[in-house]
Amino acid sequence: MAEIRNYTMNFGPQHPAAHGVLRLVLELDGETVMRADPHIGLLHRGTEKLIESKPFNQSIGFMDRLDYVSMMCNEHAYVRAIEQLLGIEAPIRAQYIRTMFDEITRIGNHMLWIGSSGLDLGAMTMFIYAFREREMTMDMYEAVSGARMHANYYRPGGVYRDLPDSVPLYKESPWTKGKNLKRKNEWREGSLLDFIEAFASDFPSKVDEYETLLTDNRIWKQRTVGIGVVSPERAQQLGFTGPMLRGSGVEWDLRKKQPYAMYHEMDFDIPVGINGDCYDRYLVRIEEMRQSAKIILQCVEWLRANPGHVMLKNFKVIPPTREEMKDDMEALIHHFKLFTEGYSVPKGEVYAAVEGPKGEFGCYVVSDGANKPFRVHMRAPGFAHLSSMGELVKGHMLADVVAIMGTLDIVFGEVDR
Amino acid sequence: MFDTVINLLETGFAWIQSNYIIWTLLKIVVITLPLITAVAFYTYFERKVIGAMQIRIGPNRVGPLGLIQPFADVFKLLLKELILPAKANRFLFVLAPVITLAPAFAAWAVIPFNDFLVLADVDAGLLYILALTSLGVYGVIIAGWASNSKYAFLGAMRSAAQSVSYEISMGLSLVGVLILAGTLNLREIVLAQQGGVFDWYWLPLLPLFVIYMISGLAETNRAPFDVAEGESEIVAGFHVEYSGAAFSVFFLAEYANMILISGLTAILFAGGWLSPFEGVPVLGDTFLAEGSILWFLAKTVVFMFMFLWYRATFPRYRYDQIMRLGWKVFIPITLVWVMFAAVLTVFGIVVKGA
Repeated sequence: MAEIRNYTMNFGPQHPAAHGVLRLVLELDGETVMRADPHIGLLHRGTEKLIESKPFNQSIGFMDRLDYVSMMCNEHAYVRAIEQLLGIEAPIRAQYIRTMFDEITRIGNHMLWIGSSGLDLGAMTMFIYAFREREMTMDMYEAVSGARMHANYYRPGGVYRDLPDSVPLYKESPWTKGKNLKRKNEWREGSLLDFIEAFASDFPSKVDEYETLLTDNRIWKQRTVGIGVVSPERAQQLGFTGPMLRGSGVEWDLRKKQPYAMYHEMDFDIPVGINGDCYDRYLVRIEEMRQSAKIILQCVEWLRANPGHVMLKNFKVIPPTREEMKDDMEALIHHFKLFTEGYSVPKGEVYAAVEGPKGEFGCYVVSDGANKPFRVHMRAPGFAHLSSMGELVKGHMLADVVAIMGTLDIVFGEVDR
Repeated sequence: MFDTVINLLETGFAWIQSNYIIWTLLKIVVITLPLITAVAFYTYFERKVIGAMQIRIGPNRVGPLGLIQPFADVFKLLLKELILPAKANRFLFVLAPVITLAPAFAAWAVIPFNDFLVLADVDAGLLYILALTSLGVYGVIIAGWASNSKYAFLGAMRSAAQSVSYEISMGLSLVGVLILAGTLNLREIVLAQQGGVFDWYWLPLLPLFVIYMISGLAETNRAPFDVAEGESEIVAGFHVEYSGAAFSVFFLAEYANMILISGLTAILFAGGWLSPFEGVPVLGDTFLAEGSILWFLAKTVVFMFMFLWYRATFPRYRYDQIMRLGWKVFIPITLVWVMFAAVLTVFGIVVKGA
């Protein structure tokens, strides 16, 4: 008798569905996965160690590059941690802007998720549809910070700048002209708030479009219903957060349970799944996008009515404006000190978390009283989700590995750090 | 002077026609060359159509409207290095693409473009088609095995299982056509459908028509049944190790097969070259009401378009779900409908061969 052995296969690190650099060693019996062993660390950049060598305010940029799909949410966690250590609080307008951009980020992240997870399951039109809208969230980032992805917009004590009065317009080109150009610029004629409002009020109809393609699609359902089921108890044991946990039916959202920024003022619902399979997680994320649009509209309304400061006027922590700096000796000294030495932060340790699009993104900062953090640790939701990979895919088929990996919504920037 | 040239040409033409081999070879070239061109432009058509469905532009850089793009692709592929994996079986590795391509082209021998334009008017035409379309899968299996790659092997296994199970439902839906037409000759099958849109076999054999098209998708490994390639699962499946010219041959075969299935659907279920306006009084004497090769091509293009439409719309099936669909849904339905078709003929509701 010939010996029958299982088939060991390397899934990644270069694989169209590996979402970056995941290396998964699969043990296959036919097409059934007997064991899945995720190997991480291929995108390790030593972020946590690098942060220890820089003044506090210079590390915000690192946060963008952790989960490079939900940039501002990561910044938010880190900035909140510093604010708590310093004992300051951002002006209320800045808090509203942060709330709004957290939700814009959530939409952007879920767009990428629905696109790539659709593509993984072969629904390639979904990808392009989703990126059409994601492009606009990128434009909002750009309008407010100058960068499409790595915004570096939130600062301890507020946000870098107030919302601009204009949005960059599309220029005429052989491919965008006439009616097409007019349609593309239609929402961008006014201020950024007008643009965001137009986007957010139209967005639910776009979500309807996605749902038409997927929600009731027989193939989509066959591919996702009953795949990768996690019971609520097990989800909690595995340290799931965000849509992964809510998909299993646990009603847990930091925005409601431990409100930060302006979430306590907002009217929104937390969608919860029932079965804890891929389909429920899909539905949860879809509904989250609708709720995000709702929150954004509430923020826009408040922001329109209440102009004001977006930064604290505390020159020990917040740099003076360039105008003041050129004019005032004291401001110049503050500027010089802040951009060379930074500021010292009182001794202590703090954990600040936000409900990122993927789950609870937390920042644990230990300060020894110097101008640089003694230690920073990031609690990345993706890491906990990925650790469950072996358990989730066991007994499923190879094609389901892809489906499950899609709903985990992993970004390796945060897992490998 | 002029007369002598004409005379020369006429004698030359008569000689060619009398020489069986050269005449046949000439006919083959006349079918194959447009077919290859059609494949090239089908890739362009696909990218444009799917681009439009996805709010993109599609190729527009090479030549006016990007029309030269397929040729640019062909030359790029032909000029690329052909990599033979170190532990591959060299002979089979090279043979596999040829085995895939040959039947896709050979099947066209019996396809009637109109009443008289057919390379070989074989009486067992349908059997010949069945035999050749089943051959193609061997190329895929051999490619997967000869590559000595795990992904390619998985793709080959999937493809083998899938093609075998869909061959059955495909064959059974052809049996329905057989029963109604009472002949295996493709030309006569078309002639049996004469009389306008509602006399074509798509109506009495509607379930078989739908199943034939879906099986055709599965048979050509197209989305949503493209598990043998399974881009996001097993990278490129059976042809993951192929590059350059060998890869382009697989590509050519896939698209030639799609055109073949579309053409067959047009012949078997949509009246081939027959006009849909046959017997409509207003158009009675215009060329629109006459059967011509144009109608055949138009119908084929419509079915070709559907291949692309499905690809842009549906997510991919899972391998075992495809099997379940084939065995538990399609085969029972086709079996029942074949019986039904038999009843239709026996009781003269649909007159056999008329």
